[in-house]
Amino acid sequence: MSTAAQTDAEQWDLIIGPKDKWYDLRLAELWDYRDLITIFVRRDLVATYKQTVLGPLWFFLSPMFTVIMFTFVFSRIAGISTDGIPAPVFYLGGTTLWNYFSACFGGASNTFVSNANLFGKVYFPRLAAPVAMIISNLFKFGVQMLMFLVFLFYYRMQEGSTLHFTPYLAFFPLIVLLMGGMALGVGIIISSFTTKYRDLTYFISFGVQLLMYATPVIYPTSAIPDDYKWFVHFNPIAPLVEMFRLGFTGTGTVTMDGMLYSAGFTLGALLLGTILFHRTEKTFMDTV
Amino acid sequence: MSTVIKVENVSKQYRLGLVGSGTMRDDLEGWWHRVRGKDDPTLKLGETNDRSTAGDSNYVWALRDINYEVQQGEVLGIIGKNGAGKSTLLKLLSRVTAPTIGNIKVKGRIASLLEVGTGFHPELTGKENIFLNGAIMGMKKHEIARKLDEIVDFAGVERYLETPVKRYSSGMYVRLAFAVAAHLEPEILIVDEVLAVGDAEFQKRCLGKMGDISRNEGRTILFVSHNMAAVGLLCTRGILMVNGKVAHEGSADDVVGRYLSLNDGKVLSRIAFNNALDAPGNDRVRVMMAEAHPGRVTVEEPMALRFNIRNQTGEGRIRVIYDLLNAQDIIVFGSGTMADVRHGKDVTVCCKIPAQFLNDGQYSVNLYLATEEMQPLYVHERLISFIVDDVKREHAYMGKINGVVRPKLEWKTES
Repeated sequence: MSTAAQTDAEQWDLIIGPKDKWYDLRLAELWDYRDLITIFVRRDLVATYKQTVLGPLWFFLSPMFTVIMFTFVFSRIAGISTDGIPAPVFYLGGTTLWNYFSACFGGASNTFVSNANLFGKVYFPRLAAPVAMIISNLFKFGVQMLMFLVFLFYYRMQEGSTLHFTPYLAFFPLIVLLMGGMALGVGIIISSFTTKYRDLTYFISFGVQLLMYATPVIYPTSAIPDDYKWFVHFNPIAPLVEMFRLGFTGTGTVTMDGMLYSAGFTLGALLLGTILFHRTEKTFMDTV
Repeated sequence: MSTVIKVENVSKQYRLGLVGSGTMRDDLEGWWHRVRGKDDPTLKLGETNDRSTAGDSNYVWALRDINYEVQQGEVLGIIGKNGAGKSTLLKLLSRVTAPTIGNIKVKGRIASLLEVGTGFHPELTGKENIFLNGAIMGMKKHEIARKLDEIVDFAGVERYLETPVKRYSSGMYVRLAFAVAAHLEPEILIVDEVLAVGDAEFQKRCLGKMGDISRNEGRTILFVSHNMAAVGLLCTRGILMVNGKVAHEGSADDVVGRYLSLNDGKVLSRIAFNNALDAPGNDRVRVMMAEAHPGRVTVEEPMALRFNIRNQTGEGRIRVIYDLLNAQDIIVFGSGTMADVRHGKDVTVCCKIPAQFLNDGQYSVNLYLATEEMQPLYVHERLISFIVDDVKREHAYMGKINGVVRPKLEWKTES
């Protein structure tokens, strides 16, 4: 009986049914479509700044203004500590990393809604869309990192600067990977629910803003009163931001436990996200 | 010949109305039933999909218990009225959405052309879009590069290859989209109404290409269209869908015939009355029966209009006159006769309308009854109506043929 069922299954290349097995992550299929992912990335990069006069210059301009505002408001007016790091370097590093996270997270959580048109017409592994989005954000992040490095070296050359690289710089690729992975994982979990319950989109848009204040982006972990330190321990993004600072500027508060927690959180979010995403992608067209 | 698509007991349920707190309640209820290993109660709900009658339930079955098989190399025409479930079926096959119950088993790669320019990005050039479109449909980069010249040539857009597609005309857009899909080399190609766009020359090329694909390369095509002429010409087999079910399965011509004989609801091709007081008319004349027979014909078939009139005047002769109006309310022609009928008796008159004369479309009949001296007795507008359908044509032009009438005229070459 079981052999008969097996030969029947082998005959068909594809069986379209109401549900797939929940543990089937279909990553091989995604790999098969890697050409599509690269073309999506290209499309995003080419299309974003077409018909704008300043073009890719916008990559620089928006963080520039943010940093000027932050330096003025948080450092000059509110007088929040920057751990002895020059304020522009402190804020630029934090916002560069944070912008990458929030762009990826926002994009991933909108996957179904913003791609409804395309998803409604043709099949391809739906995960290709958010994955490509994460990669194209990486380019934008890279450009902004260049600007950060220019600032960093400028301030390092000032007299009496304490800025210095540390061996923790080696964690940088991992930090970026975890940031992207976490944004993707949590984002696609959210996206699986927003297809039906659009309320979440509103929650997310201000939730990300709130989350930034719960992350040591505009203040260092060392400046938090001990009574409130616990929430930084629960925030999986915090160790990444602090590790990033420690590597590039020599100042930061981070433990290896914190890094492990971030990595574990990312893996968990990706796994859960992929499972939920696959469940949703089958019928989301009926509700979106 | 082997089976390449097997549709088994497929049903698709849709939820009507708004998504709101009720949705969440139903979801939670369904989830709770599944957790306990019971059937989802919403699956017991639902009605057949008939748009014209309002239902009680929020759930509707767009497809119900669909079973069929498609053999390799077949061109299967899927026809039915709007809302019969054709598009839903194609959506399931192209994996845009999943069935609620049942399985579809497929052998080979499926590419669908559900709508033109799938995934085209307006800012990208024609060439970039070829790659994008190809990749979306599952082609590898090198496969597309190898076929690029062929695709460009087929679409006839060489000059605009480096132009963003937002500057393309809609015809160029479709041509490019079809060209990419036609060169995908999928084992199964799904085509939905693309022929509605594009000029006659391109239509001809598309149809030719589809024929090649199925005949010479042994590929399978599923073709959904309202164009009965195209279905009749292209398809080897057909299925007719009515209210989410397969109503008929057979040869393409057979299924097209069944489709044409479906009563449209709006068309009233026959009225008849036993009681004179119910019949349209007045105390002088009554129209006891009027019919267009058959009520649905093709342009190649003759038909007849028949009227049964009761004479209650003192006159011995009655004029029966009608005007034939097309869907645009243009009077195609008027015709009349004189009938001998004694007082209190009925008379039936019949007027034959030849084949190869009316264009395809819907027609209605205005009836005028008058005395021999042309004194009006009774006028009834839009008494009955009927439909003339297009048929399979010998040449490949599939568009509407112009004109109020469509006579078959004699042509010859003289020098």
